[in-house]
Amino acid sequence: MSKFKKDDGKGDPAISTASLPDIVFMLLFFFMVTTVMREVDLKVKVNTPEASEIKKFKNKSLVTYIYIGEPTDKKLGTSSRIQLGDAYADVAEVGAYIETKRGEHDEAEVPLLVTALKVDLGTKMGIVTEVKQELRKVTALKISYSTREGGVVN
Amino acid sequence: MAKRDAPEINAGSMADIAFLLLVFFLVTTTMDSDLGMMRKLPPTLPPDMPKPPPIKDRNVFVVLANSNDQLLVEGELMDITELKEAAKEFIENPMNKETLPEKKQVDVPLFGPTMVSKQVISLQNDNGTSYKLYIQVQNELARAYNELREDLAMEEFGVSYETLLENKEKKKIKAIRKVYPQRISEAEPKNVGGN
Repeated sequence: MSKFKKDDGKGDPAISTASLPDIVFMLLFFFMVTTVMREVDLKVKVNTPEASEIKKFKNKSLVTYIYIGEPTDKKLGTSSRIQLGDAYADVAEVGAYIETKRGEHDEAEVPLLVTALKVDLGTKMGIVTEVKQELRKVTALKISYSTREGGVVN
Repeated sequence: MAKRDAPEINAGSMADIAFLLLVFFLVTTTMDSDLGMMRKLPPTLPPDMPKPPPIKDRNVFVVLANSNDQLLVEGELMDITELKEAAKEFIENPMNKETLPEKKQVDVPLFGPTMVSKQVISLQNDNGTSYKLYIQVQNELARAYNELREDLAMEEFGVSYETLLENKEKKKIKAIRKVYPQRISEAEPKNVGGN
């Protein structure tokens, strides 16, 4: 039965792992390049709806985000809350928040500022409209409804 | 003198270090899309402003959304999938129907005198309407306008409207927008459905 005789002595040669770091580095660079550091900790659950007629922001530094959705903390119930910056806020605070954000920008840039509404798709329009009315009061008229790129309804 | 080889540095832990960094970036990364539908809110009117003149009924395309996420378009129950076609027909009024918007001759640069319809789309939602439906309606109406503009761009310039936007051909874009101006007016919401 010499045909099936095992190679004596020598085991399988070890696979060289020398190129492993290179592979990992490649992945690492990909993530380093595509990464965007999260600007705030989300305290509300936001699953934006899909839409097709959408545009990309030209200048991200001019965008102020307002988040609306169910609180992630279950103790706070399920009714939609507004998040400004890092904290929950009331509708009445929206105007003041926009004003402070304006203060961080150059005066010439103020008319270019955009307010992006990141709203969960299950939210009722009531709270969204209240926020929009607040924005109108402080003449922050450029808004953007944040959406994912997605299918149309047909 | 005996020459000694420099001892090789063990690179086995290099992978571990790289993995550590990789995991860090994996965790902190958000594939954050900065996409959105741009809209402009109407400015608040001073209280002593005279009321704007009323618009004829035939020129207004009324879209109502209730708290059960149903649509009432021009007095008829409609599914969201039909909204775009209905809006397109209203905006364009190809047969010059009596019930659809009037047209006015406007001197459009590049096109010359063109019949432009006096359409306005009025959108009203309830406080209980879901945001998802609202975005869908906005999207369908925007699509109606964009498709009409697309057709016009193809017909007049032989290129798509999107190409014009990409190439920033402002004069042509302006002319197309003048023929099909996007006029979506949002009424103050009603609170009929409770909550």
